[in-house]
Amino acid sequence: MLDEHEISRTIRRMAVQLVERHHQLEQILLVGIRTRGLPLAERLRHEIEQLEGVEVALGALDITLYRDDLSTIAPQPVIKGTHFPVALDDRVVVLTDDVLYTGRTVRAALDELTDYGRPKAVQLAVLIDRGHRELPIQADIIGKTLPTARREMVEVAFKATDGEDCVRLFERQEEDDSE
Amino acid sequence: MNGEERVWTRKDLLGIAELSKQEILTLLDTAESFLDVATRPIKKVPTLRGRTVINLFFENSTRTRSSFELAEKRLSADSLNFSGSGSALSKGESLIDTALNLEAMSPDLVIIRHQHPGVPHLLAKRLESGVINAGDGAHEHPTQALLDAFTIRRHKGSIEGLKVSIIGDIEHSRVVRSNIHLLTKLGAEVTVAGPRTMMPAGIEAMGVKAVYDLPSALHDADVVMMLRVQMERHTKGLFPSNKEYFDLFGLTPQRLQMAKEDAIVMHPGPMNRGVEISSSVADGTRSVILDQVANGVAVRMAVLYLLISARSGGMV
Repeated sequence: MLDEHEISRTIRRMAVQLVERHHQLEQILLVGIRTRGLPLAERLRHEIEQLEGVEVALGALDITLYRDDLSTIAPQPVIKGTHFPVALDDRVVVLTDDVLYTGRTVRAALDELTDYGRPKAVQLAVLIDRGHRELPIQADIIGKTLPTARREMVEVAFKATDGEDCVRLFERQEEDDSE
Repeated sequence: MNGEERVWTRKDLLGIAELSKQEILTLLDTAESFLDVATRPIKKVPTLRGRTVINLFFENSTRTRSSFELAEKRLSADSLNFSGSGSALSKGESLIDTALNLEAMSPDLVIIRHQHPGVPHLLAKRLESGVINAGDGAHEHPTQALLDAFTIRRHKGSIEGLKVSIIGDIEHSRVVRSNIHLLTKLGAEVTVAGPRTMMPAGIEAMGVKAVYDLPSALHDADVVMMLRVQMERHTKGLFPSNKEYFDLFGLTPQRLQMAKEDAIVMHPGPMNRGVEISSSVADGTRSVILDQVANGVAVRMAVLYLLISARSGGMV
């Protein structure tokens, strides 16, 4: 659906939107939701630095322990950890993730953030919004809106994690799935 | 996401003997993530919220039970404590009846410590809930072996090829048995040492070397694990006195030098200072005894998490 060039352009546009919304970039804390929210956050940080010469703070969030359904955990639940370089209080946290779907991941991320502190505000930036929300959650910055069917899967690849930049859409093969 | 096979699918943790190397490594890897929870300001994650865990300890244990309790609370589970004395069991209720009564409360897990080997296995067969063996007689104590291995791994990188010496009352120790299973599965070279009166016959069949003097045990060791010598045993004539035990098998700073320069000293606790270990070693720089306690909570969190996840994976 998106090739390398389109992804770079989309991320650049998202970075411009971020800069426009925030007068004080030093107040922002970009938090990538593992796994693929993190390379997105890193790329956004890079773009912002190119645009404005400011290096925005960056953290990582692992929501495995906050999920609302243990049965959907990957077979080998190796938790990579949550780390913030600064305290959350008084910061505007911008959560980033590759795909926004049911919204449950973001719900878990919000719960976890609250256990670490009280951010001044939390916003959400996603590369792809594929619809089918199960909770009242929306993104503030969207790279691309992609209407999908439930039986379809959206797969995002980044150079940093997968060796290439790509967004693919394909049909599920199996009958039953617990996504 | 769910394309691979789950590594951990058991509803119970009854011993180390039946576990595969892959299952053990999964437990240890998962425990790494839980160490982090203890360093947060809010030392809690909601993962097991609403799950019920029953701690059924027929033998006294402050250490293991509080470690499990803390693990349960940090995962937001609800825990219930039953101890042997003062419970219905002492009034003559059979073990199975006690267990079935507990099951009527729908626990997700029952953690049991009992003086008779095989009790956890009996419960596991009869109960719908998962069962964790917290020590059954002199048979096994799987979570202790797991936290020991976890501690060794964190200090030494990998267990493969390490020389581990376990010293003390080998015959009566469930910690030793579980450790031997685990360490040999992970490729360590295990030596057990102690007075002949405390060494079970045929222990070599478990894949270990048995020696009867401290220098042989300590020579070239990467890990030195001291076992608690139960004070009451010397009244059974197993050794003449505590002092004599210390003279022959007690770990002192001078004797520790016989091991490798960077050898670590471990002890499952509680320690008898001046009997199996001198204070200066127990409190010294090579001792990782307090790490074991902290690691114990993380390892038990991983066990609770994996067992309950395995149950949920089958659709609750």
